[in-house]
Amino acid sequence: MYDPSIIAASIINGLMTGSVYSLVALGLTLIYGVLHIINFAHGSLLMLCMYGVWFLYAQAGIDPYLALPLVAAGAYCLGYGLQRSVIGKTSHGRDEIILLVTLGVSIIIENIALFVFTANERVVQVPYDIDGIDLGITFLVIPQIAAFVASLAITAALWLFIARTDIGKAIRAVAKERQGARLVGVNVEHIFAVSFGIGTACLGAAACLLAPTFPISPQIGYIFVLIAFTVVVLGGMGSFVGALIGGLIIGVTESLGGLFFGESLGKLGISLIFILILLFRPTGLFGQRT
Amino acid sequence: MSIRSSFWPLFGVFMIAAIAAPLTISSVFWMDFLTLTLFLAVLGQGWNILGGYGGQFSFGHAVFFGTGAYLQVILQAKLGFNPWAAIPFAIFGGIVIGAFTGFLSFRYGLRGSYFALITLAFAEAFRVLATSAEAITDGGQGIYITLNQDPSRALATLQFGAGNGYYFCAVVMTVMSLLVAYWIENSRFGAQLIAIREDEDAAEAIGVNAFKVKMQAICLSGAITAFGGVFYAQKFLLMDPNIAYGPVKSVEMLVMPIIGGMGTIFGPLVGSFFLHSLGEVSKEAAHALVGDRPGLDLIVYGIALVLILALLPNGLVGLMRKLLRREASRA
Amino acid sequence: MTDKTKFQLDRRQLVAGTAAVAATTALGMPHIARAADAIKIGLIHPVTGFLQFSGSQCRFGAQLAIDEINKNGGIKSMGGAMLEAVLGDAQSKAEIGAQEVTKMQEAGVAAIVGAYSSGISTATTQEAAKHGIPHVVDVGVSDKIVSRGLTNTFRFGPGFGVIAKQGVKSLIELNKAAGNPVKTVAIVHENSTPFGTGIAKLMTNGLKDAGFEIIETLGHPSPNRDFSNIVLKLKAANADLVIPSNYYNEYVLLARTMQRQRVSPKAIYSVLGGAASQYKFLKEFPEAAQYIMDCNHWFNPKNPKALEVRQATRDGGKFFNYEVFLAYTAMMFVADAMERAGSADRAKITEALASSTWDGHIMPYGPTKIENGQNTGARPLNTQIIGKEIEVIAPAEYATAKAAFPRPA
Repeated sequence: MYDPSIIAASIINGLMTGSVYSLVALGLTLIYGVLHIINFAHGSLLMLCMYGVWFLYAQAGIDPYLALPLVAAGAYCLGYGLQRSVIGKTSHGRDEIILLVTLGVSIIIENIALFVFTANERVVQVPYDIDGIDLGITFLVIPQIAAFVASLAITAALWLFIARTDIGKAIRAVAKERQGARLVGVNVEHIFAVSFGIGTACLGAAACLLAPTFPISPQIGYIFVLIAFTVVVLGGMGSFVGALIGGLIIGVTESLGGLFFGESLGKLGISLIFILILLFRPTGLFGQRT
Repeated sequence: MSIRSSFWPLFGVFMIAAIAAPLTISSVFWMDFLTLTLFLAVLGQGWNILGGYGGQFSFGHAVFFGTGAYLQVILQAKLGFNPWAAIPFAIFGGIVIGAFTGFLSFRYGLRGSYFALITLAFAEAFRVLATSAEAITDGGQGIYITLNQDPSRALATLQFGAGNGYYFCAVVMTVMSLLVAYWIENSRFGAQLIAIREDEDAAEAIGVNAFKVKMQAICLSGAITAFGGVFYAQKFLLMDPNIAYGPVKSVEMLVMPIIGGMGTIFGPLVGSFFLHSLGEVSKEAAHALVGDRPGLDLIVYGIALVLILALLPNGLVGLMRKLLRREASRA
Repeated sequence: MTDKTKFQLDRRQLVAGTAAVAATTALGMPHIARAADAIKIGLIHPVTGFLQFSGSQCRFGAQLAIDEINKNGGIKSMGGAMLEAVLGDAQSKAEIGAQEVTKMQEAGVAAIVGAYSSGISTATTQEAAKHGIPHVVDVGVSDKIVSRGLTNTFRFGPGFGVIAKQGVKSLIELNKAAGNPVKTVAIVHENSTPFGTGIAKLMTNGLKDAGFEIIETLGHPSPNRDFSNIVLKLKAANADLVIPSNYYNEYVLLARTMQRQRVSPKAIYSVLGGAASQYKFLKEFPEAAQYIMDCNHWFNPKNPKALEVRQATRDGGKFFNYEVFLAYTAMMFVADAMERAGSADRAKITEALASSTWDGHIMPYGPTKIENGQNTGARPLNTQIIGKEIEVIAPAEYATAKAAFPRPA
């Protein structure tokens, strides 16, 4: 058995990582909530954003945190365009087909990254990643703290945006009642694309927060897809609070799993949670019944 | 042309081509290409049974492939089994995993995208388990079958070295998979399965036991896919958790039947040939342009998938049928 | 490095578009005269994927050797025949490595040098055996590679059995000389390829027999991007000594995480530590690298030729690390065999390799003797990063500095 201080340290590490998972899942749950599509390309879009962050850092020396507004804006445009020109146009009918289309998109994105950047791991090595705060039981480095604070801040900002602004109202309207929203004059296709764009912008932000601690390669898309789906399914499709709480739970589960069961077996927790939730409570902790 | 009458001529064409190939092609590389294409077509047919005919799209079909392949390797490497004796166990493993995952998924009413996602989770869970169960699978290092270098023992050890032995195995397996698909299209089971695909609730309403039929489909699918795993094990003599349960095989297995034509007998075969030829051309193009860079062939797969889904939902076979019908109506 | 794509055109012409064909045959034209005489050597390495750094280093080392041989007149016993490299990328996956062997077979190589990692090498040597191609493993240390009865498989460098023995022996000596400060040990090893798990087991047994207490054995996958839990466990264990055995990226991440979390054992004594005797690590993270020890492949620091090759490597803009000199040596080993065989025939080369007593190498090995493909003279050295240099601290006949053990505070 481990010392409680070791367990506490592991939980704290888990919360730090989990906050970024929340941000990633937020985008996915928003896209599902509004468009009712399960975006399989979510992981590879995150990977692409991370390459963007690396590129800016390696070529122009822009610090990832400073680059956040830029990357998020770029990601928004990418998501908007993707939905408007590819996904919206090709997914008709069953949602398995949409899932397959987004799978196809993820294959394309992943292998473009592989072809252009090769499979070699890229690292964004910020000079301050050794500095941080000593909590006694563990040492929290700046990138971890920044990720935690920024994720929560962005989540809060997004929540306010959806709740208070006009576009936010339109998004909520389309999510609740698509046809009705169309009838009162909302440009539904535009709102779809806006939502997809915002979901991707969350990925852009998450990419900046992850880049200093997470090596970048084309394969990480797949890893993040699994995590993102687990969080969203756990929290409930379409639920903001669910994404937040779900992300933290998954982060802590991953960390404690690794602590108690080793680096390999510890990863089983995520798949297990995913399977169990899908079987026994598919609406998740906070989800609405469709 | 009814389904029944068009199958046998096409099958005949396939058999003639399959027999002619080793007689006319002397390049080891191209025979290998054909062998792998046929092997993947078998895996695709496995997926097709559940996904194409049954309408249950599995995103983690590698779970069956990997189980079959691992059993084949482990029984030989760790327990000294004869490869022929290991085959039934490997196939049975595919059936058991099919029953296990099918029972959980169908019992709890998972359909559509949720079914796809849970199969993904199962594949990933198995990958982690295979990595951790070092005593059984040798973990991440991978597990090897000892190479047999004695040509006189090729059949006994089911290892054919560099010759055309593997090609013939692949042909036999492809024939078997085509016949299974033919049987499905002409049987009551197949009719029920297709009815479930079209509208599960309506099928239930007219008396089809959807749960039972789906279970049978997933077990059959698992068996065939595991059988494909056996071939891989005997050809490459190595297995590791990423090859067995990783996303690469899962994606390959679903892309081929979708592009070739879901729910058709020759769909997976056509899809496999089309994709691999396309892949080979893109690899050459990539090589000529930028040298040693992987990835272009898979970009092409992805684009083909999206285009087919958008424009040709019945795949290439569907396209060919449409063209033939147009020809026939013009005549 | 010249890219030998033209030699794979013969079968690729069937597929490539005419434009591509025209372009590449135009490139190939001036080389046709040389192509007829050249002996093709296959080089298979993971030059993309998570092993990209080490794989590329190996490829560089092998090509350095080929360039040197060609500059000095080629294989003299064959009338000055030049060597040509046929390059293969294993993409850090064993199955892809095996597929590359098939390509080498198509290209008609006389021998193969590769494939850096034990996992990939196990697959490539097996595939090469099917075609009877002699295959010299440059690095891959798993002893399983040379104990499968494959007559085509050779390794000039040491396997992990020999390395673990040296690792334990040197540790005991170091410990004794310092008054036995180390009693407890924690082992961190990768478990995705045969190398990590294998060496961890050997070290555990060897150390237990020598009276050390192994209080933690922590495995991790390769690649692995987060060492927080492992370092937490190391902190909890508070062992006197930490022994890491893994690949470059993971080693660096582990060392930096330990530095960050203020986990500071009496010494970090790596056995086949991925970055522990790497100039790149020293250059990029000099603080984290200080006093780290390694029991690993190393060149003979007293051999002037070795220093020449090191200079040539640095001139080529590369770090002179184990991947480079092991691949260089493996290639030279093959060239020497071809010299003695006087032929590019695979069977003759295999025979010449098996009977080799080659001593013109730059490694600190005993007399060359090949048993079951393994050079029994091969052995590792112990190094330590002190200041800006990687010093050899054992065995005494090659030492360039005295060990700082335990680490100064």
